[in-house]
Amino acid sequence: MNAGTILSSLVDGLLIGVVYGIAAMGLNLIWGVMRVINLAHGALISLGMFGVYLFFSSLGLNPYLALLFVALLGLLMGVIVYFVGIAPVINGPYLSTLLATFSINMIIIGLGTAAFTTTPRDIGFSLGSIQIGPLILLGTRLVAAAATLLVTGALYIFLYRTRTGKYIRAVSNNRSAAELMGIPSSRILALSFGIGTMLAAIAGGLIATFFSFTILSGDVYQQKSFIIGVLGGLGNPLGALVGGLILGVLEGLLPLAMPNTWVPVIEFLLFILILLIKPSGLLGGRQ
Amino acid sequence: MKRSLFSILTLLVLMGVVLSACGPSATPTEAPAAPAATEPPTQATEAPAATEPPAAAEKTAIVGFTASLTGSLNVESTRQNNGFKLWMDQVNAAGGIKLADGTTVKFDSKFYDDESNKDRVQELYTKLVTEDNADFLISPYSSGLADASAVIAEQYGKIMITTGAASEGTYKKGYTLVYQAYTPAGKYLAGAVDLLASLDANAKKIAIIHENDKFSTDVTTALESYATDKGYEVLLNEGYDTGTTDFAPIINKIPADVDAVMGGGHFADGQQFAKALFDKGITAKFISLLVAPPEPTFAEIGDAAFGIVGPSQWEPLAAFTPDYGPTGADFVSAYKSAYGEDPSYHAAGGYAAGLILQKGIETAGSLDPEAIKAALDGVDMMTFFGHIKFDTSAESHGLQTGHSMVYIQWQKDAGGTLVKQVVWPAEGKTADPVYPIK
Repeated sequence: MNAGTILSSLVDGLLIGVVYGIAAMGLNLIWGVMRVINLAHGALISLGMFGVYLFFSSLGLNPYLALLFVALLGLLMGVIVYFVGIAPVINGPYLSTLLATFSINMIIIGLGTAAFTTTPRDIGFSLGSIQIGPLILLGTRLVAAAATLLVTGALYIFLYRTRTGKYIRAVSNNRSAAELMGIPSSRILALSFGIGTMLAAIAGGLIATFFSFTILSGDVYQQKSFIIGVLGGLGNPLGALVGGLILGVLEGLLPLAMPNTWVPVIEFLLFILILLIKPSGLLGGRQ
Repeated sequence: MKRSLFSILTLLVLMGVVLSACGPSATPTEAPAAPAATEPPTQATEAPAATEPPAAAEKTAIVGFTASLTGSLNVESTRQNNGFKLWMDQVNAAGGIKLADGTTVKFDSKFYDDESNKDRVQELYTKLVTEDNADFLISPYSSGLADASAVIAEQYGKIMITTGAASEGTYKKGYTLVYQAYTPAGKYLAGAVDLLASLDANAKKIAIIHENDKFSTDVTTALESYATDKGYEVLLNEGYDTGTTDFAPIINKIPADVDAVMGGGHFADGQQFAKALFDKGITAKFISLLVAPPEPTFAEIGDAAFGIVGPSQWEPLAAFTPDYGPTGADFVSAYKSAYGEDPSYHAAGGYAAGLILQKGIETAGSLDPEAIKAALDGVDMMTFFGHIKFDTSAESHGLQTGHSMVYIQWQKDAGGTLVKQVVWPAEGKTADPVYPIK
C-alpha cells in the first residue's frame, strides 16, 4: 500500500460521502421540523433514480436537466404525500407517523416493482474522467459532489436568509408558539416534507448517474442516513453533509486495513457508541 | 428527550431492518401462492385412457416439481419451467416414449408455487409424491431449493433430475437417485483459468473479488485452489456484501500489477463491479466475472462491458453437435415460437432436465426407478446443452461430470456494437478471444 492508494481511497471516500450527505439531508430535515422518521425516504430516493432514468432514456434529456424536473416533481410529490399520508396522523403518537411512512414506503416499492421489476437499470451516461497523478476522478462523481454543495448552500440560504426559511425554523423550534405568531404551520410542515422529498429525489438522481439501481436501491442510503444523522447531529440538515463525509471517508479508508465486509460492523458500532455517549449527535445537533 | 426518543425509535427501526433481512424473503407486490397450479394434460383426450387396464397400452407419467411463481427467483424459475414444458409438449406431440413392453408413456406435470422459499419446498415435494403420485421429480430452481427437495426424492425412492442448481453439496450426501444437469459450481471459473493459460503463459497474477454468498464463495474458493495448482499467484482474495454498489474502496486494494481479475457474484453487483473496474482504469489484461456477463442487459454499461468474459451453462451460439435430442438451433426456434423470447440458459436447463429423463426412460425401457437409475448411471451423451455424464461413485453420486461451462466475451462487431461471442471451449467458439483487453 502506498501513498497514492491512500490518497485515491480518501478522495473516493470524500466523493461518495458528499452523496451520502445529500441523501441524509432530507431525512434529517423532516425529523428536525416535524419529528417524523421518514421510512419512505429510501423509496423516494429510488423514485429520484427512476425519474432521471426515465427522462434520460425515453425523452433523451440530459440527466442534469432531468434532475431539475425530478427535483420539482419531488417537491410536489412530497407535499401531496404529506397531506394524504402524514397530516392526518401528525399529532398522533410517534408510532403512527412511523407506520404511515412505512406504509408509503411499501406502496412505492410495491408499485415500483410492478412497473419496473427488480432488474437493475443503468443510465449508461458518462462524462469521462480526469487523471491527476494516481487519482482517477469520474466526471459524474465530481458533478454530483458539486451539485450537492450547491444544493446544501441553497438550502442554507433558504433556511437562514428567507422568511419562509425562518418560518420553517420557527415551526421546528416550537410549533405551538409559531402558530401563535401567525405562522401557517400545516403549510410549513407540508413544504418541509416537500423539501425533504425533493432532497431525496435529487440524491437519487445524482446516484443514478454513476451506479446501477433498482427500486430497492434507496434502502441502503436510508440506512446510512440514520448513521449520518447521528454523526452530523440529529435534525440538523446541514450537519448531514459533515456526517456523510465522515462516513464516506471511513468507507474509503477502512477497507485498506481490513476485509471490506467489516466496514458495516465498524459503522454500526460507531453508531451505537455515539447514541450511548452523545445521543444528540457528534456535532451537537439542532440549534 | 425528543432526541433520545429518536435514538430509541431509530434503533428499533434498524433492528427491524436486520430482522426482516434475516427472515424468508417476501415480495410485497405479488399475490400469495395459488394453492395448486396444475398443468392441464397436454393431450386432454388421452388422459382418461391412461388409467384404463393394460389393454390401452398407454400410460401417463406424472412429473412433479415446484416452481418459484412468486419471490426473488421468479424470473429464472419461470424460464426453467418454460423450458421443461417445451420438452414435455414436444415429447407428447411426438407420441410419447415407447417402453420395452410396448406401452407408450406420455407425460403430465404437477407443480406448486414454492414462493422461492426453502421451507415450503420439502412440504410440497412430499405432497407431490404422496398425494399427487408423481412418478418423477424435477428440482426447483437454485441450489438452495434443489438441495432441500433432493432429500424427499431419495426418501420416497423417486428419480430426480436437478437443474438450475450448481452447488456440489447436494451430491455428497450419499443420495443415489438424484442427477445434476448443470456444471457444478466448483468448475464455474476453472475454464477461465484454462482460457487465460491458453492466451498468455506469462500472465500469472490474479486478483479474486467476489460476493460473500455461498455460491460465489464456493466458486472462488475452488477457483483459488485450481489457479494455485496451475502455478498462478493469487494476490488478493476479497469478498464484498450482497447489494454492494460502491466498489471503489475494494478496487483501490487491487495491486497495480495484476494480470487478471476474476470473481463477481450475481447480476446486479457483477454489472456494477465491471463498470467500476472500467471507471477506475484498472489495467488487468483479462477479466472474468460470474453470472452477469452472459445476460443481454449486461451491455447497458457500454464500453465497460468490452472484453469481459463470463461463464454460462449454455449459450444459443455455442456450436455443439448433439448426438441426442434437438440441435441448439431447433431448440432456440421452438422456444421462441412457444414463448416469444430468446431462451436463457435457465430455459435450456429446464429442457435438458426433460431430455435426461427421456434418455433414462428410453434406455431402461420401463418406468421402474431402479432400471432408470442404472440407465442414467451409464448416460454419456452430447446434447444441445452440452455433454452429459454423471459421477457414479458412492461419494458424489449424480454429480455432473460431463458438462462444462461455455465462456462468452463481449466484443465489438465491425460497426462498433457490443456483441456476445463464445470464446471457450475451443470446440464451441464463435470468435477468437480479445486479449489483452487493456
